[in-house]
Amino acid sequence: MSLLDVQGLGISFGGLKAVNDVSFKVSPGEIVSVIGPNGAGKTTLFNMISGVYQPGRGSVSLNGTEVTGIAPNRLAEMGLSRTFQNLQIFQELTVLDNVLAGYHLSERGSVWADLLSLPGMRRRAAEARQGARKLLERVRLDKAAEQVAGNLSYGALKRLEIARALALNPKILLLDEPAAGCNAVETEEIDHLIAELAASGIAILLVEHDMKLVMRISNHIVVLDHGEKIAEGDPATVSRDPAVIAAYLGTEEEEPAHADG
Amino acid sequence: MDALLQFLFSGLTVGAVYALVALGFTIIYNASDVVNFAQGEFVMLGGMITVFTFEAGLPLPLAALVAILVTSAIGVALNKLAIEPARGAPVVSLIIITIGASIVIRGATQLIFDKQLHRFPSFSGDDPIHVLGATILPQSLWVIGGALAVFVGLWIFFTRTLTGKAVLATANNRVAAQLVGINTGWVMTLSFGLSAAIGAFAGVLVTPITLVGYDVGVALALKGFAAAMLGGMGNPKGALVGGLLLGCFEALTAGYLSSQYKEAVAFIVILAVLFVMPQGLFGRKSTERV
Amino acid sequence: MTGRNKWISLGVLALLIALLPLFFPSGYYYRVGALIFVNALSVVGLVILIGYAGQISLGHAGFAGIGAYACALAPEHLGLHPALAVVLGAVVSGVMAALIGKPILRLKGYYLGVATLGFGILVSMVLTNERALTGGPDGMNVADLGLRDVLRDMGWKLSGGEFWYMLCGVVLLVGAWLALNLFDSPSGRAMRALHGSEVAAATVGVDVPRQKLRAFVISAVYASVAGSLLALQNGFITPDVAGFMHSVEMVTMAVLGGVGSVLGATFGAAILTLLPQVLTVFAEYEQLVLGLVMVLVMIFLPQGLLPSIARRLKGRDE
Repeated sequence: MSLLDVQGLGISFGGLKAVNDVSFKVSPGEIVSVIGPNGAGKTTLFNMISGVYQPGRGSVSLNGTEVTGIAPNRLAEMGLSRTFQNLQIFQELTVLDNVLAGYHLSERGSVWADLLSLPGMRRRAAEARQGARKLLERVRLDKAAEQVAGNLSYGALKRLEIARALALNPKILLLDEPAAGCNAVETEEIDHLIAELAASGIAILLVEHDMKLVMRISNHIVVLDHGEKIAEGDPATVSRDPAVIAAYLGTEEEEPAHADG
Repeated sequence: MDALLQFLFSGLTVGAVYALVALGFTIIYNASDVVNFAQGEFVMLGGMITVFTFEAGLPLPLAALVAILVTSAIGVALNKLAIEPARGAPVVSLIIITIGASIVIRGATQLIFDKQLHRFPSFSGDDPIHVLGATILPQSLWVIGGALAVFVGLWIFFTRTLTGKAVLATANNRVAAQLVGINTGWVMTLSFGLSAAIGAFAGVLVTPITLVGYDVGVALALKGFAAAMLGGMGNPKGALVGGLLLGCFEALTAGYLSSQYKEAVAFIVILAVLFVMPQGLFGRKSTERV
Repeated sequence: MTGRNKWISLGVLALLIALLPLFFPSGYYYRVGALIFVNALSVVGLVILIGYAGQISLGHAGFAGIGAYACALAPEHLGLHPALAVVLGAVVSGVMAALIGKPILRLKGYYLGVATLGFGILVSMVLTNERALTGGPDGMNVADLGLRDVLRDMGWKLSGGEFWYMLCGVVLLVGAWLALNLFDSPSGRAMRALHGSEVAAATVGVDVPRQKLRAFVISAVYASVAGSLLALQNGFITPDVAGFMHSVEMVTMAVLGGVGSVLGATFGAAILTLLPQVLTVFAEYEQLVLGLVMVLVMIFLPQGLLPSIARRLKGRDE
């Protein structure tokens, strides 16, 4: 059974259909990429799936349960985690605290335990700290653990967000342009990381502009243009699809009905 | 019915003052994203300076003009000395700065003038005018008319003059305004001067009715702030409607429920509005971009 | 902040409280000290709300008012011991904060400011207008806590000033300890995270409205206990305790000291409490100077006094 099932999802902003009738599925261990020109609605789609925006139409199911429009923190409890295209780092917190925040669900307890620093809280926090350090090693940020996150480079922040998203121990991970602004070496690292994660059984939904990366690691590709799904399939099929080529190269679509639009 | 009309008259009078204070908030907020808690002090200064220059022998219109000009200069100084140096500070800091500035202005006023309540004569006498069984003071008509005149004047200024359009452009997008060559620093100076002058003008109009003392500004600032919020922060039309509504709510509460709690009801109404539509009556709705 | 920093902060605070009396030229200073600690207590609460969770309140004096009048009213009308009245006030404040916080905390920035301000004004208006119960603007007497007599019977004789200095000092230490625990706890981290980005906090599983509400309720209880202590030590209370200016003073103290830090809160409280004491000689200029201090500190030391000074001392390594 698919882990994430998106059916006919759509949203409008002031009458404009930013995303319209998009459907696809993601299974455990699968890497599905959403591609499309700028403004195609990829990030908006992500925001609807992760509960940041309320979808206007359609449904999102997670593990067979309908979760359309429920709050992001509830989705996080159900195993959905994400990163952001425009970084959403906790700038004032240390790098370690950023990842620790990702452990919120496993370390949280009663507010009394927190105020009184009870042993149970300290034990949970220590476990989280251990896990966070391991994740920081994995994204090579362990040396920067005590630094204030705001001082890190862009590429490092991208990796920090991935580490924070992984701290939730997610079943499905939404990555919004993880390689944007990264150099070739960093891109390759992210490439390996994503493949590793998928191999460990996490479902990956990816938005990415780096076509080489997308074509190399995706099992399945969904192509959006002007908020609509214009094609989907494996990388080889999609890269040959005339509608996709047209959308990317900006040529006229060969559909007379749309000639006036 | 007569009573209702009577309450509405007094509500509109006070409401017109709230509207002018709210308008002052709006102008500064649009130019600089700062909510200026010293706005009420401008009203106080308008009244106080008029009182003392009038008692010093100046004719009333001239005294009022002096008060408005001096207050306007104080507004500009506030911007130059306290707001501009703190550009980019967090909201809490800006709140403290403008509240601090209002305390400075109050402290200085009390030193330079005194702690007494003052008034000067009404512009057109104190004989009430009878309208449909209710009465209204001629000075109330001055207040309401004055407020409307300010709004019409500003509307013309913002829509018909190049300077006004520059202010609007800056409010809309500071960086873009700078790129097309608008001197946004000057726009801020203008906004503070203008908003202080409007406050002082309100003070001149209302002092014969409500009297003026060094400490009347705080309550006015809070009401004006509340009115601006009610109407929708940053919207001049909202400031006008919010101010008048607030004044009427207060007057009706005082008339029908309890004069002690009239201000309480004003804040309850505002809380209710904020819960139901956090952007106020005419505020813009914004979707957070991620 | 690591665990070690927590104990350093608490140690410094404890030492200050213990050693300052050695330099007091007269008993009067114990009173001033106690007042500083009471103010610092409510400011530590605001550090949790503003510094950790990034929410503004211009109405926290309302909770101080509830705490203060609980101590004035409950012993008289409910026959409660004043110590229990402190608890009652804290519970009422906490419940009140939870009730109004739920809708209010959806608002942001200036809107949240005006909503909390409205709440504070409502409380102070009730206290001013319900003369039959509260004595109106003239205020009312507050029963004695009675603890000092108990201590005297046990053979420990303290002057009123000494007693309140110690009691408020101890309560402040406990308050600081709790706040420092919270800082490095799951809840504290969640609060600081949503301060940075609400969306990101929500996507890592933080129940943002709930954490904001927690910070609001906790800070309300701090303000309430501070209000209670103020009422009990003065033996008299007026509605000014709940007034807008008191709310502003509290926020100013918090920001003055550096809004993220508990030690800074105490520092800010000390300065703003001492200022009027120093200025009594120039009573006329008190307002003028207070306002100038507020404006100048915000402009020239935007991080607050303590962090700015610390940064200067460390040099320009940033």
